[in-house]
Amino acid sequence: MATTAAAVPAHAHGESGLWSWVTTVDHKRIGVLYGTTAFVFFLIGGLEALVMRLQLVRPDNTLVSPDFFNQLFTMHGTTMIFLAVMPLSASFFNFVVPLMIGARDVAFPRLNAFSYWVFLLGAVFLNLSFFLGGAPNVGWFAYSNLTSSQYSPGHGVDFWAVGLQILGIASLAAAFNFIVTIINLRAPGMKLMRMPVFVWMTLVTSFLIILAFPVITVALVFLLFDRLTGTNFFVPAAGADPVLWQHLFWLFGHPEVYILILPAMGIVSEVLPTFSRKPLFGYPVVVYSGIFIGFMGWGVWSHHMFSVGLGPFADSFFALTTMLIAIPTGVKIFNWIATVWGGRVELKTPMLFALGFIAMFTMGGLSGFMHASPPADLQQTDTYFVVAHIHYVLFGGAIMGIFAGIYYWFPKVTGRLLNERLGKIHFWGMLIAMNVTFFPMHFVGLLGMPRRVYTYAPNMGFEGMNQVSTIGALLLVPALLVFVWNLVTSARSGKPAGNDPWGGATLEWAIPSPPPPYNFGSIPRVGSLDPLWHKESREAALASNQVRGHIHMPPPSYWPAVSALGITLLMSGMVFGWWFGVPGAILMLLGVYSWAYEPCT
Amino acid sequence: MSAASLAHAGAAEAHATSTGLNSRKMLFWAFLGSECMFFGSLISTYLVYRGRDATGPHPHEVLNIPFTSVSAFVLLMSSLTMVLALAAVQRGNNRGARIWLAATALLGMTFIAGQCFEFTEFFYDGLKLQGNLFGCTFFVLTGFHGTHVTVGVIWLWTLFGMAMRNRLPRERSLDVEIAGLYWHFVDVVWIAIFTLIYLIQ
Repeated sequence: MATTAAAVPAHAHGESGLWSWVTTVDHKRIGVLYGTTAFVFFLIGGLEALVMRLQLVRPDNTLVSPDFFNQLFTMHGTTMIFLAVMPLSASFFNFVVPLMIGARDVAFPRLNAFSYWVFLLGAVFLNLSFFLGGAPNVGWFAYSNLTSSQYSPGHGVDFWAVGLQILGIASLAAAFNFIVTIINLRAPGMKLMRMPVFVWMTLVTSFLIILAFPVITVALVFLLFDRLTGTNFFVPAAGADPVLWQHLFWLFGHPEVYILILPAMGIVSEVLPTFSRKPLFGYPVVVYSGIFIGFMGWGVWSHHMFSVGLGPFADSFFALTTMLIAIPTGVKIFNWIATVWGGRVELKTPMLFALGFIAMFTMGGLSGFMHASPPADLQQTDTYFVVAHIHYVLFGGAIMGIFAGIYYWFPKVTGRLLNERLGKIHFWGMLIAMNVTFFPMHFVGLLGMPRRVYTYAPNMGFEGMNQVSTIGALLLVPALLVFVWNLVTSARSGKPAGNDPWGGATLEWAIPSPPPPYNFGSIPRVGSLDPLWHKESREAALASNQVRGHIHMPPPSYWPAVSALGITLLMSGMVFGWWFGVPGAILMLLGVYSWAYEPCT
Repeated sequence: MSAASLAHAGAAEAHATSTGLNSRKMLFWAFLGSECMFFGSLISTYLVYRGRDATGPHPHEVLNIPFTSVSAFVLLMSSLTMVLALAAVQRGNNRGARIWLAATALLGMTFIAGQCFEFTEFFYDGLKLQGNLFGCTFFVLTGFHGTHVTVGVIWLWTLFGMAMRNRLPRERSLDVEIAGLYWHFVDVVWIAIFTLIYLIQ
C-alpha cells in the first residue's frame, strides 16, 4: 500500500484532533459522531424513564412533582424517537451504506456533515428547555389544544416545536442524501436487486422521511403561529378543529413508526444470514414487503385516533388497513425464521440480539394487532397496554436491532471485537430486564391504569405490577453499564478483528477494519447478491483493496458546521428573540454562500 | 436541454453515477417531492377549513380575481424567461443569460410586490392573520408561497451576479437548470393555489 499512497490526497489520510472532527466530511467519522451523540441521548432518555419508574414504584409517591413528571414523559418520548433511535439508525446509514454499495462516500459529503451538526445543535436546543423555564410537558404527540398558549403558558411547547423543526431539517437533509447515494453511487454490477436488505430499508426509510417530515413541519408551523402570533389554527372558539392537529401529526407519526423500525429490520436481515451461514430466505419478498410497508404506512394513521369518534366508516377503513399491514410484517418474520431454519447457527452476540429482536418484535406486533380492532382499542387506548406495545416494538424491536448492529459492525468501525462474554451478559440482562419492565404493563393497562399519570391511589390494584416494572427498569441499568464497559474496554484493547471477523457476505467485509478513508482502493465490480460468498465475485471484491489510479476525495470543510449553527440560531430566535434570530440568519447566509462557492474538487 | 450539453454537464460533475443521472439534479427532484407534501398539507388545511367561518370577511368579499390574474400571469411569464435564461447559458450566450436571469428575477419581484399590495388591501378590508380561519389559512399558505418566490429571487440574483462576473459558462448550466426546476415548481404551486383559492370559491 505504501507505494500507492501518493495517489491519495493528504487530507484523505486519517487526521486527528477536535478540529478534524468539526470539519470532517468522511461518512465513517460522521457515522461515529451520530452514533456516540445518539447513544448519549439514549442514556439521557433512559434516565428520564428511570425517574418515572421510581416515581411510580408506590402509590401516592412524591419523588417528583406532577409537572416535572409531565416534562419527563414528554422528553422521554421525544428524546428516544428523535434523538436516540432515528440518529442511531442514521449512524448505521452513514457508516455502513456507502461501504455496502461500494462507494467512497455519500453523494453529498458536506450536506452529510451539515445534517449531523443540525441534529446535534437541535438536540442540545431541545434539552436546554430543562434549564430555561421547564421542558415541554404535553406528551410527545402534543395534542391540540393542550398546546395553546392558554393551557401551556411558558416556553416548553415552543422549545418542543422549534426543536422538532430543527431536527426535521437534519433528517430531511440526510434522507435526500441517502436516496441519491443509494440510487446513484452503487458499484458497477450492483443492480437494485443485488443491494443488501439494509440498503433497501435505508432507501425506503429515506423516502418515508422526505414525504412525512413536511407534514409535521406544517403542523408545527401552525402550532408556532398560534402560539407566537395569535392565529386560530387550533382554537375551537374560532371554529377551528383541534382534531386537525391529530390528523397532521399522525399522518407524519405513522410513517415515523416505520422510519424507526425499518432500519432495525434491515440490520437484522444482514445479521441473521451471516450467523446462519445461509443467504437470506426469500430476498425479493423481504424487499417487496419492506416497500409495501412503506406504502401502507401512509394509509393507517387514524388507528391512533379511534377514540376521537371519526365514525364507523373511517374506523372500519383504518382497522382493515391496519390489519393488512400486519401481513408484510408477518412475511418478514417468517422469512427471518426460515433463514435461520436449517442453518449452521452461531450464537454470537449480534445473532442473539437479532433473535431477540424477532421474538420481542413479534410480541409487540401481536399487541399492536390487538388494537387494530376499534372496540378493543377503545379499551386499550391511553392505558399502559399501549405503553407496553410501543416498548415491545421500539425497545424490543428497534433498540434490540440497533444493538445487533452495534455488535455486528463495531469491529468494522474500530478494528476490534467487542467482548463476547460481556456481550452475552448484556444481551441476557437486557432481554430479561425489558420483559420484567414491560410485560406487566399489559396487565396493569388492561386493569385500567392510564398512561402519563404521575401517581395512583393505593387501592387500585396497580401497586404490585408497578413495582415489578420498576425492578425491571432498575435491572436495565447494570445491563447497559456492562455494555458501556464493553465498549470502552474493547475499543482500546479488544481482540483485533481483521477484515472479516464474521464471514459476512457483503462488501464492507472485503476491506480493512477500520476502512481507509477512501474505503475501496478501486471500486469493486459486484456480480452477486452475496459477493463475498461466491468464488468469482469474492475475488473481485477483495481486489478492490488495491489502489489503482488517483483517488479523489472531498476536502474537509467547516462551512456545513457554520451553516448548521446559523440555521439553529435563526430558528431558536422564535424562542429567544431577534437578537438570536438575526445573527443566526446572517451566519446562515454566510455559511450557505461560502459553502456554495467553496471549491469542492 | 440537448443531449450533448447534458453529457457535458455530467462530465463536469466528475463522478459517473449508477443511473447516468446527475446527483444534484436527483437530489433536487427528491426535494421537490418533499415540497409537494409541504404545500399539499398547507393547501389541505385551507380546504378543510373552508366555509367554517361564522364571521367574515369571507373569500368572495375580499379576493380580487382580476388583479391576482394579472400577477399570476406575471409569474407564469417568469417561467418563460427562466427557460430562455437556461437556453442562453447552455448556448454559452452570457449576454442573454444576464438579460433573462434579470428579467425572471424582476418578474418574480413584481409578483411579490403584487402580493404585498394584495395583503395590504386585504388587511384594510378586515382580513387578519389573527382573525377568522380564512385569514390565518390564507395568509400562511400564500405567505409561504411568497417566501418561496423570494428565495427564488435571491437565488436568481445570485446567478445574475455570477453571469456578470462571467462565472456562468456553459459547463455550469446545471446551476441554472436546478434554479429553473425550483422556479417552475413554485409557479406550478401558484397555479394550484390560484385555482383552489381564487377561482373555485
